[in-house]
Amino acid sequence: MDHVVVVGGSVGGIRTVSGLRAARCDGAITLVDPEAAAPYDRPPLSKQVLAGTWEPEKASLGDPGSQWNARVIAERTTSVNVDAHEITLRTGERLGYDALVIATGAAPRTLPGAATHDGVHVLRTMTDCLDLRQSLERGGPLVVVGGGFIGAEVASTARALGVEVTIAEALGAPMAHVLGDQVAALLTTLHERNGVTVRCGAGVRALDGDGRVEAVLLDDGSRLPADTVVVGIGVMPNTGWLEGSGIRLDNGVVCDEYCAAVDVEDVYALGDVARWRDRQAGRHVRLEHWTNATEQANTVAHNLTHPDDQRAHTARPYFWSDQHGVKIQLMGYADPASSVTIVRQEGGRERIAAIYHDGDELRAALTINWPRALATVRAALEAKTPASDAVKQLERSQRAGCSSSA
Amino acid sequence: MIKIRKDIETCEGYANCVVAASDVYDLDDDGKVVILRPTVDESERDKVDEAVRSCPTAAIWLEDD
Ligand SMILES: Cc1cc2nc3c(=O)[nH]c(=O)nc-3n(C[C@H](O)[C@H](O)[C@H](O)COP(=O)(O)OP(=O)(O)OC[C@H]3O[C@@H](n4cnc5c(N)ncnc54)[C@H](O)[C@@H]3O)c2cc1C
Ligand code: SF4
Repeated sequence: MDHVVVVGGSVGGIRTVSGLRAARCDGAITLVDPEAAAPYDRPPLSKQVLAGTWEPEKASLGDPGSQWNARVIAERTTSVNVDAHEITLRTGERLGYDALVIATGAAPRTLPGAATHDGVHVLRTMTDCLDLRQSLERGGPLVVVGGGFIGAEVASTARALGVEVTIAEALGAPMAHVLGDQVAALLTTLHERNGVTVRCGAGVRALDGDGRVEAVLLDDGSRLPADTVVVGIGVMPNTGWLEGSGIRLDNGVVCDEYCAAVDVEDVYALGDVARWRDRQAGRHVRLEHWTNATEQANTVAHNLTHPDDQRAHTARPYFWSDQHGVKIQLMGYADPASSVTIVRQEGGRERIAAIYHDGDELRAALTINWPRALATVRAALEAKTPASDAVKQLERSQRAGCSSSA
Repeated sequence: MIKIRKDIETCEGYANCVVAASDVYDLDDDGKVVILRPTVDESERDKVDEAVRSCPTAAIWLEDD
């Protein structure tokens, strides 16, 4: 491959570049991203960097120029011409490619009218993180709009800073639509035990305040005082620059199981922006998980360097989240319609594993404070172990855990 | 022989390494990586290499003896 152009230089793009070099690709690699001069990782932005326990530099993903001999263009890409095999930058400059890798990720949804108030934040970039940190230092109260993982982490980090926090979720309970009611209730309890107020079932009607936000007004007529608001209502894949290019878009770049964009030649996509066909799941999926972005990057790097040995990407969906000092981990495709069996390890620190299954077929697990259980479930998913056996294994390890600590 | 190395400060307990090589890596109760065998044979390089690459935080690595 003579010239690979990677658009998007966060974890997915960077791992593609390093993966290509690890596969001994010695062709030219160009990385295009307005932030490519100093790429960084996002998970710490709602955790360590927001909390102030990490300096921003600690979230660095490395230096693509010196580490992987990539040419770096710190510019936005505005379009692609798939027939001519070239992209256009914001400056109008055009750049040819032999293979194009799309790793432009996703951008937060915003509330209509939110831009008119100071103190209203989304959280995706380092700048967002440092701005939010400044707002939180004013002392609060903080209202988090939306009960997703990132909002939950912000709530947890803000509580640790001593800020009063309310989470306002329009639906039943935070994450109920993805994780089901039982697990959503566990997560809500975790928040409440740590002093976060959780308000469910009322959407946001408007923001109140003159200049800076002063309150969030809900559908049910209530008014939540706020000095800072974080809007965490999901993200949209960054595909605007691909519109009209012939690349098929449908909630992301539509890819085959090899992470190659359909309908066009020599274009790949990965990470939050890609909706690829997962053979095991039997459908197209788009995941917003760090680990999936890195694994897809490995797949794309492999497929670019091994034209005669194409590898399909099957996800082992994995997500982690740190909330209120507890590690929450999700493995597999959790379906709110599945049955859930809960295993608890009592004594000392409470550990919980929620096992998702359809009949005896193991689907997924969410663990709270129990990484060891996650490893067990991960192996069980891989080996297609029946759910009841996986539950038994956990109960056994639970007894072993108790006796060893006794 | 290949030496198996870890930095438990960096380990976040993702368990990717355990899946890649469950006879070499395990997790303790706090979710930190445990090395079951401090050295492995050259014939196992591919497997432990995969474990190292699959660790999201680069908390494990190999050293040649
Ligand atoms: C605050 C926060 C916390 C998170 N915590 C976790 C966690 O605990 N666990 C977990 O599994 N996941 C977490 N995630 C999700 C994880 O970070 C993402 O899944 C991951 O960043 C996806 O990587 P990506 O490379 O696909 O896309 P992104 O990280 O979104 O990167 C896309 C890059 O493309 C660039 N770009 C966009 N448009 C263009 C364009 N037109 N031209 C050039 N460049 C462009 C952007 O500048 C950006 O650098 C978190 C995300 C956030 C925001
Ligand atoms: S993969 Fe890395 S972070 Fe995860 S348990 Fe193993 S060493 Fe720790």
